[in-house]
Amino acid sequence: MSNNRESLFSAKNRKLLLTPLSKENPITIQVLGICSALAVTVKLQPAFVMAVSVMAVLAVGNVLISALRKTIAPRIRIIVQLVVIASLVILVDQVLKAFVYDISKQLSVFVGLIITNCIIMGRFEAFAMSNKPWPAFLDGIGNAAGYGLILIIVAFFRELFGSGTLWGYKVIPQGFYEFGYKDNGLMILPPMALIVVGIIIWVQRSKDKELIEDK
Amino acid sequence: MSSLRKTVDKIKPYFEKGGKFEYLHSTFEAFETFLFVPDTTTTSGSHIRDYIDMKRTMTIVVLALTPLLLFGMWNVGYQHFLSYGEEASLWQNFWFGFLKVFPILVVSYVVGLGIEFAFAQVRGHEVNEGFLVTGFLIPLIVPPDTPLWMVALATAFAVIIGKEVFGGTGMNILNPALLARAFLFFAYPQDMSGEKVWIAEKADAFSGATPLGKLLVGEPLSTLPHASDMFWGLIPGSIGETSTFLILLGGLFLIITGIGSWRVMLSVFIGGFGLAGFLWILAHYTGVDNAYMSIPPYYHLIMGGFAFGAVFMATDPVTAAQTNKGKWIYGILIGVLVIIIRVFNPAYPEGMMLAILLMNVFAPLIDHFVVEANIKKRLKRIKVQTVK
Repeated sequence: MSNNRESLFSAKNRKLLLTPLSKENPITIQVLGICSALAVTVKLQPAFVMAVSVMAVLAVGNVLISALRKTIAPRIRIIVQLVVIASLVILVDQVLKAFVYDISKQLSVFVGLIITNCIIMGRFEAFAMSNKPWPAFLDGIGNAAGYGLILIIVAFFRELFGSGTLWGYKVIPQGFYEFGYKDNGLMILPPMALIVVGIIIWVQRSKDKELIEDK
Repeated sequence: MSSLRKTVDKIKPYFEKGGKFEYLHSTFEAFETFLFVPDTTTTSGSHIRDYIDMKRTMTIVVLALTPLLLFGMWNVGYQHFLSYGEEASLWQNFWFGFLKVFPILVVSYVVGLGIEFAFAQVRGHEVNEGFLVTGFLIPLIVPPDTPLWMVALATAFAVIIGKEVFGGTGMNILNPALLARAFLFFAYPQDMSGEKVWIAEKADAFSGATPLGKLLVGEPLSTLPHASDMFWGLIPGSIGETSTFLILLGGLFLIITGIGSWRVMLSVFIGGFGLAGFLWILAHYTGVDNAYMSIPPYYHLIMGGFAFGAVFMATDPVTAAQTNKGKWIYGILIGVLVIIIRVFNPAYPEGMMLAILLMNVFAPLIDHFVVEANIKKRLKRIKVQTVK
């Protein structure tokens, strides 16, 4: 067994890590986790914290579920998965409250709602239940990174045009405002997040023709 | 005319396959068919066609809108000078308004058509004519002081997100002109609502609130403009929507030429008047203190964008319901929704835009059920016959 062990970052494992960033992106391709993508992307900072939180939950959860996969009775697997997610989310919530209280307040209920993020349950079911812990870990990191990437892109545009700031710093010069420029209020409203995600999907699909289904 | 035809024919080869400017083919074609009715014959599908094609249709709608634009220009000037208490001649009023409105019209057309032509070239299809009307509607439904860059941005948003992503003219779910307005309304609320924006460069001391705006802040009924002023259009408001009279005239023209659907127009008015009347009676008997409820119901039809929306926006053949029964349901629901938003929503004094956009989304569903109901009815008929 030990002599045919594959290396930690074999081509297969690298693929687990990288495809969720583009071809298997949880948001733009699988269209999961949309609700939090709309809710937390008004500003970059909360979006980044959210992405990191989901990454922590998904990576650790994937490893745990993968390690337990042979002992979980199939009939109660959803309950077990939920217990794992819920405990991890509570941990993340406590850590956020302890170290970045302001952002934790901004994210408010959405940290708790990581439990209902479809990406997490989806990866547990689709991957962790049938794979070893290390690949499951990479899969968790990869998918959370794909999720986080879109979150950050969306938040970048929404914060830049909606509030004129990036990471809380003013980037649009005062001169613009004196010339009559105004921040776009629609960018702060959730529909615009959906439209920005839509535009990202449009760009991605027109660049990568493989993604277009046959009619 | 024939010399124009000759010139067009002379330069045509350059734009055909293999010509020097082949890549500009769709641009050339757009201009040629704009000037002349195309002489192509039908090869498949239905062979009986009207001489009215899409370009001719659009031109008729633009004709119906022109009086509104001209009146709108005059009214912008009239309201401006009125706010200073100055008397101005017809031409002074018109010229002031012209300088305000014309740039908006130009920006709307240049940006919108620019995007349309660009998409047509890249995707290699004909240039869609739909924007001829959209570009004309956008200036009519914004306040006269709207900054031009906002108009440009809203037009771009409406054409790209509202139309091109769905596949261009005829495929859009929402009315593009209204989408442009909705974009401005939510993105830059300070420039699209309140009492400051409706009169161009108004005097500070003068209240520029529209009749609906006055009701929102609870001003008594007596401060409203006279009903005849609201009917003829001598009130502040978006550029082209103030004159109910000219709107009805344009609507009549659309009905006579067969372009606009009288079912939609009529049912919007019925829906609005019906609910407004009901609420008015309710307010009288129960003594509810709601300014919107206690005004005479016909006021609702001549205030704000009600008439304009009913005649020019709700009837958009692409986004309205297609079946005749569906049109009645669609129209009545728009009328009812407008009154609900006006009366019961404390945030928005006007509801026409939101009501039409919402019903645009529901129009295909309404059609679906109308068609299904018809199929069911006919199936029943078959069964009865087989039993015999």
